Amino acid sequence: MFQNKDTYTFLLDGKTIPFTEEQTIIQAAMAAGEYIPHLCFNPEFKPHGSCKICTVSANGRQTASCTQQPQAGMVVESNTPQINGERLALLQMLFVEGNHFCPSCEKSGDCQLQATAYEMNMMSSHFDHFFPDRPVDASHPEYLLDFNRCILCSLCVRASSDVDGKDVFSLAGRGIKTRLIVNAESGRLADTNFSGDDKAAHVCPVGVIIKKRVGFAVPIGQRSFDEHPISFTPHPALKDN
Amino acid sequence: MQVPVKPKLKIATTSLAGCFGCHMSFLDIDERLFDLIELAEFDRSPFTDIKHCGPCDIGLIEGGLCNAENVHVLREFRANCKTLVAVGACAINGGLPAQRNHLSIATVLTEIYHTQHGLVGGFIPNDPELPLPLNQVHPIHEVVKIDYFIPGCPPSGEAIWKVLTDLIAGREPDLSHGLMQFD
Repeated sequence: MFQNKDTYTFLLDGKTIPFTEEQTIIQAAMAAGEYIPHLCFNPEFKPHGSCKICTVSANGRQTASCTQQPQAGMVVESNTPQINGERLALLQMLFVEGNHFCPSCEKSGDCQLQATAYEMNMMSSHFDHFFPDRPVDASHPEYLLDFNRCILCSLCVRASSDVDGKDVFSLAGRGIKTRLIVNAESGRLADTNFSGDDKAAHVCPVGVIIKKRVGFAVPIGQRSFDEHPISFTPHPALKDN
Repeated sequence: MQVPVKPKLKIATTSLAGCFGCHMSFLDIDERLFDLIELAEFDRSPFTDIKHCGPCDIGLIEGGLCNAENVHVLREFRANCKTLVAVGACAINGGLPAQRNHLSIATVLTEIYHTQHGLVGGFIPNDPELPLPLNQVHPIHEVVKIDYFIPGCPPSGEAIWKVLTDLIAGREPDLSHGLMQFD
């Protein structure tokens, strides 16, 4: 099937997207410069398929585009009122499950959750807020963990395990009780071998893993998503390369 | 034939558990306030000092709900305003006041009136005229139906103007990139 790879394409919202054997729908779309909203997907890492923001309709069936491989001639719909409405509901649930107080967050303006909410025109959180009690971990001399903002994307877990070879982070619990934990008997980041040089220190799409003594270094107006919406901004992982 | 004069729209505004920052941002529409008062007049608002809201076309609510009085005022606005708009982070998600939500109200009051430095002989105010605090601060959409939201801390004057002019013109309010901000 893949002997003549260049000839294989699928349709994304009516546009022809070429793909290779190894690519999933979102990887092929991203390579072609097309944006499919996503949070737990990062082009540098193996897809995880947990946040479901990247859900598309592929030949009429809804599926996570980060894990679904395309087929030649497949008709994929992403930017439709119905799918964006479902993405909006997922985003609103993420906002009410945590404590996402943007005005006090150093990641504001660079946050993929916030920028994706702008993209989906999220005017309110719609649901009742949980206001969970999630104490921060400020034990580490260089880094702060603010669990209030965690969306359980597992990127830090994957980076620490697959790239750093350290297993500093893990997701514990099930369902609504799922939470990010630190691999130390005390549960504190200071009691792990976590370092600022780790890949895990730089992959958080929201404001959980924060470098201390940086603060609001970049003024409002010059942050990643101030000038252009996330759909017009290369993924941070691609921008660094 | 004399053309009948179109009655002016009525707008009411209030700040519940807010800092009046959204009202200050509203004033950032600057000289466009003159355009606005050609089309609308203010009912209850800090601009007029009217104490109770009468029948209105548009109500703008800043701030969330932190005490019983906030809930009464919000319900008065909902009962009187055809279109109710949540203005700013506190009205939409509780904002800064909601940062106390993981603490018990007893802990908060004791800390503020008893244990903080320099509070020897302090007591928790108990005047019957003081509204009772709620155990948690809530966004206003958890209590009444809200028709439109203007996010931001505060939303810019431009964003408030855009929503108001859209509403007055009978359009669905729409904030483009740059006008929609959560911070």
